[in-house]
Amino acid sequence: MLRVIVRRLLQLVVTLIGLSALVFVWLRNLPGGPIEALLGERATPERRALLIKALGYDQPILVQYAKFMQRLLTGDFGNSIRSGDPVTEVIGRAFPATIELAAAAMVIAIGLGVPLGYLAARHRGRLLDNMSIAGTLLGISIPIFFLGYLLKDVFTQNIHWFPPSGRMSTGVDNTEITGFFVLDGLLTREFDATADALWHLVLPALTLATIPLAVIVRITRASVLDVLNEDFVRTAEAKGLRHKTIRGRHILRNALLPVVTTIGLQTGALLSGAVLTERVYNWGGLGTLIYNSISGGRDYPVLQALILLAALVFVLVNLLVDLSYAFIDPRVRVR
Amino acid sequence: MSDPITRPTASPQRESVDPSAVEEKREGILPPGLDRLGERKRARLEQLAQATADKGGVSLVRDAFRRLRRNPTAIFGASIVALFILVAIFAPLLAPHDPAQRFDELTKNLTVDNIPGASSEFPLGSDPLGRDFLSRMIHGSRQTLFVGVLATFIGLALGVLVGAIAGAFGGWVDNILMRFTDVMLALPALLLAISLVAMASRSSQWTVIIAVAIVNVPIFARLLRGSMLAQRESDHVLAARALGVKQGSIVLRHMLPNAMTAVIVQATLTLSTAILEAASLSFLGLGDPDINRAEWGLMLGVDGQRYFEVRPELAYYPAVAIIIVALGFTLLGEGMREAIDPKSRR
Repeated sequence: MLRVIVRRLLQLVVTLIGLSALVFVWLRNLPGGPIEALLGERATPERRALLIKALGYDQPILVQYAKFMQRLLTGDFGNSIRSGDPVTEVIGRAFPATIELAAAAMVIAIGLGVPLGYLAARHRGRLLDNMSIAGTLLGISIPIFFLGYLLKDVFTQNIHWFPPSGRMSTGVDNTEITGFFVLDGLLTREFDATADALWHLVLPALTLATIPLAVIVRITRASVLDVLNEDFVRTAEAKGLRHKTIRGRHILRNALLPVVTTIGLQTGALLSGAVLTERVYNWGGLGTLIYNSISGGRDYPVLQALILLAALVFVLVNLLVDLSYAFIDPRVRVR
Repeated sequence: MSDPITRPTASPQRESVDPSAVEEKREGILPPGLDRLGERKRARLEQLAQATADKGGVSLVRDAFRRLRRNPTAIFGASIVALFILVAIFAPLLAPHDPAQRFDELTKNLTVDNIPGASSEFPLGSDPLGRDFLSRMIHGSRQTLFVGVLATFIGLALGVLVGAIAGAFGGWVDNILMRFTDVMLALPALLLAISLVAMASRSSQWTVIIAVAIVNVPIFARLLRGSMLAQRESDHVLAARALGVKQGSIVLRHMLPNAMTAVIVQATLTLSTAILEAASLSFLGLGDPDINRAEWGLMLGVDGQRYFEVRPELAYYPAVAIIIVALGFTLLGEGMREAIDPKSRR
């Protein structure tokens, strides 16, 4: 087991180093790269030469890369071109918003998806099953930003159930500790702030949950169907075990392995979807940051850090998922 | 994913051999005598040969195609796709107007917060620039198909190249190429596409196509490599090697064709995601900046978003079109996967 973990970690490091090298080369060779972005319209040959020297762009590429990595490892990602603030600070401000949104979406996707997939498999070929299949197909075919606008239109313009955008109503007094508004409200016992934050979270989280939800329902359904055909389920039924025991210990425990893998892979969909969802609901997270650092003139230092961060999160989550097999499935532990 | 629809088809065939065998037995019991034995044996052999000749001639692809034809959801998907392609081909004949022409009747009443709706001459009303929206929708099928097909095809071609090299050589070549795909897969799809578009100094239709294509390269490469590596040790490759077939033609003629089915299924599914991803890029302002181009993703992502409060139909029509087409490709792709899947062949 330990050997597997070490090997996977090494692979992860290699992947991230590869990505950092690609990002590095990409940044240095852009048409109108960072130099132009920094100078903007004030670019004169003298200024450019000065900046190239100041940034160390005249040194050999390997030396530059070594320095770049050295700065990365000490947590120095440079300064944002747009605001001039350190990149780590800019990202740190936006990070909790996205994690809060993604976590809420994942809770919805798993909380609804696994039971729905199970029920669909159990009622295979019946109305519930057919409806859930149709629903999941629609879920993966709809552009989620369009769904976002649709939900926003229905629930904030026609029926005023939810706030249209943002993370918190103006006038709600909240103290920021972690930046996770729901958590902050609980920690400071400002429960009105928690309620308001949750209120704002509903529509964006639903929008973002669409694709993971659809995928989780499908995988759970297929996986439960496979397990239902197994002999041990029939044996358990023949032994007269209680329905609850069969469902929990025999069916779900065996059926959930592929589901767990899928959940790991769906964090990718969440990170991608966050860019779209945050734009629809004006949610000030990493997605908005990505959008702003591309469309408002390319903000390369921020972009580069965001790309590496997204990859790190995605790869780490999937590593954790793989390792969690050992806890769910004793067969993996033996191997 | 085993579905009930395709399952029962195989069983009647297998049973068709059995009744005759039973009959044969009964016949054999009735007349005694050893001379009949040889005849009986011969008859039985002939029958066996016939039975196997009927079934054995069916290739995997033809067999899968037969199952596909009996799957109603796959047929439904295929019909949507066929209709979509027909509309795209005959767009100039179907569209009532020129999609790029601005009409005076429409621009007359056009302001930022009033876009003319349906009239007898313009059934879907106007777009924000006073052009006929129906014609733009019909012509949009062409561009959407173009973007989807080209992005998928380029992704497929590059992915197959990488995957085939990795799968054919194995060893360190495989190792290096797969680490490379790991790096690409480490970024979630849309984020990778966004980064790629951000690389270009200005976006065009081609940056969108290429970005979406590259996102799919590692997926195709991994898929192909996996099924090629699985074949390296299989009997038909061993047989070919033993016969002295050259390494190159083993890869090209024995391994690659067998590995391609899975890739083609994936490509069908990718057509749907490619169209959706292109729409997402347009929504983020990274799409094609050409205002004359009519493409559904562009119409939904740019005008649909900007004028959602004024005239939501500008978003509804392209969105519904995208959903239907994406659904069509998904249904067809999954039907194909099910047809090829040995699990559903029981």
